[in-house]
Amino acid sequence: MTNQTEVKQNKSVVANAFNNGLNWVDERFPLTSNIKAHLTEYYAPKNFNFWYYFGSLSLLVLVLQILTGIFLTMHYKPDAELAFGSVEYIMRDVPWGWLIRYMHSTGASMFFVVVYLHMFRGIIYGSYRNPRELIWLFGVGIFLCLMGEAFFGYLLPWGQMSYWGAQVIVNLFSAIPFVGPDVSEWLRGDYLVSDATLNRFFAFHVIALPFVLVGLVAAHIIALHEVGSNNPDGVEIKKLKDKVTGIPLDGIPFHPYYTVKDIVGTVVFLIVFSTIIFFAPEMGGYFLEANNFVPANPLVTPAHIAPVWYFTPYYSILRAVPPFPGVSLLSIPPSLFPGVAAMGLSVMVFALLPWLDKSPVKSIRYRGTLYKKWLAAFVVSFIVLGYLGTEPANVWGQFGAWLGNADRATVVARAFTIIYFAFFILMPWYTKKDKTLPVPERVTG
Amino acid sequence: MAENRNDKNQKSAHKNLGNNQNSGVNLEKRKFLIASSAVGTLGCVAVAVPFVKSMTPSERAKAAGAPVEVDISKIAPGTMMTVEWRGKPVWIINRTSEMIAELAKHDDQLTDPKCDVTSQQPSYCKNTDRSIKPNLAVVVGICTHLGCSPTAKLQAKGDMGDTWSGGFFCPCHGSKFDLAGRVFKGSPAPINLVVPPHKYLTENTLLIGVDTEEKA
Repeated sequence: MTNQTEVKQNKSVVANAFNNGLNWVDERFPLTSNIKAHLTEYYAPKNFNFWYYFGSLSLLVLVLQILTGIFLTMHYKPDAELAFGSVEYIMRDVPWGWLIRYMHSTGASMFFVVVYLHMFRGIIYGSYRNPRELIWLFGVGIFLCLMGEAFFGYLLPWGQMSYWGAQVIVNLFSAIPFVGPDVSEWLRGDYLVSDATLNRFFAFHVIALPFVLVGLVAAHIIALHEVGSNNPDGVEIKKLKDKVTGIPLDGIPFHPYYTVKDIVGTVVFLIVFSTIIFFAPEMGGYFLEANNFVPANPLVTPAHIAPVWYFTPYYSILRAVPPFPGVSLLSIPPSLFPGVAAMGLSVMVFALLPWLDKSPVKSIRYRGTLYKKWLAAFVVSFIVLGYLGTEPANVWGQFGAWLGNADRATVVARAFTIIYFAFFILMPWYTKKDKTLPVPERVTG
Repeated sequence: MAENRNDKNQKSAHKNLGNNQNSGVNLEKRKFLIASSAVGTLGCVAVAVPFVKSMTPSERAKAAGAPVEVDISKIAPGTMMTVEWRGKPVWIINRTSEMIAELAKHDDQLTDPKCDVTSQQPSYCKNTDRSIKPNLAVVVGICTHLGCSPTAKLQAKGDMGDTWSGGFFCPCHGSKFDLAGRVFKGSPAPINLVVPPHKYLTENTLLIGVDTEEKA
């Protein structure tokens, strides 16, 4: 009996000390109020499904990339003479270096996997629509940053693919009329991709872009928690609140409900992630390309160069658009700017989605067949363009003389490039024309 | 609130000559703020210049462009050699008389058969074979599309198809060039390959990077 009271007393002593400590912090820093605002009293719709794993998984991969990246910089040398060797050194001599490097290289690809799925979720449930336009724009910023990180990071191993990939991408800028050649020279810091280029790409990769990236992720989440999450029904849960508590009727606290759900997602993701790291870190040449195991050689371009899989849809568009032939009368020289512009647009156009979509409903659940057909056509184009980008232009042979012996793959890529852009350009028209279903008052489970 | 401030301003009007009584705006103060912000912005731009300039090619990179001397006696007819000049591959192709004859036959398939884009070759190479000596082509082996180095397909036909008359094929985006580095129509590359400035010091010695028209 006395023992129990003693235990109780001890507990209350510990609890008091804890509460006093917490109060001390709260008087100086909004700890408890932030935990409430973002976790225990952030009310998310109760009908999140499978697609809602990928936001938290993106955050997980970001943390993994930053952590593994820090450890890689301890051994990597950003010097054209030493870079390739230092990566081999990490793989062979640094204890567990191979694991850390494979985590980082696989993490890059998996980052794009989860981000593409996360973006697709946003598209099918209309998460970019009013009032979430800024969340979407911050997201597009994150996506661009991520592409920059992937590109700059890919030069660092200083293999053949690193070198020629950087050569091609930096030269894209020289296609910009008037200022182009100066811009690409400025980016390289030399007349060709060289030690100067490698050194600055390292700076961009490990310090400049990560800062921007983390800032944008914070803005993305702050904006999300300001307006509240969308859901698979595209219904605003804040419209119907409990009259006494003011809590949305269809809302549940993010913690513990969704933290627990996300732990399940994390476990499944890590199983897939580790399987790739341990059994297929190169993923048949899709995650780590064979040519990148050859040191960079400025005099020889590999017989077949292709970007890593996550860039291939845009790369296909670049290849598909024919160059501007030039007008000799006005002495306008030929230019490859159209292809470069189309490639840039194919990425930037995502930012316009909130204003292109004129549908009265948000979620695909209440859209008509017209929208679904267009979305399906877009997904197919994205995948086909992505596949073609990994292959040489003559992969499917040539058409006969009736089509000027054109490469089959190029013609197909052109057709799908048109569909890709039509999905966006025609969106105001077909989303208005689409026959939508009535949207329920509350979420449907 | 606004009324309150206006009231205060009116009370202190006699102290402050620049005070606009109607709008409650201190115009003198505003002018000062605009002027100082403008000067501050200018300062920031001025400070940005060194940072932007620091990323341009360094003096060392600029100095690395020395001319290259090449012994061309060992290039057999119908073959080529590659040398490095300013970090770029330069091809020296020893063309056979059949190869030279082919060059005149496909003008209609070329984007710029007469080499009218002057930036792509020195004036002394503005001819059908784009060279000083008809058999020896000297070309920078960097595709004018996006800077890959095309692969030599010097012999006619072969894996390039029956219409191929010998030339270069860029593996990156499929641009095709003839044995004078002129681009075929339908290639993503918009213009011909660059012929670098060069001259022959002796019968068998070629100097790449300098010509008679300009000094080293």
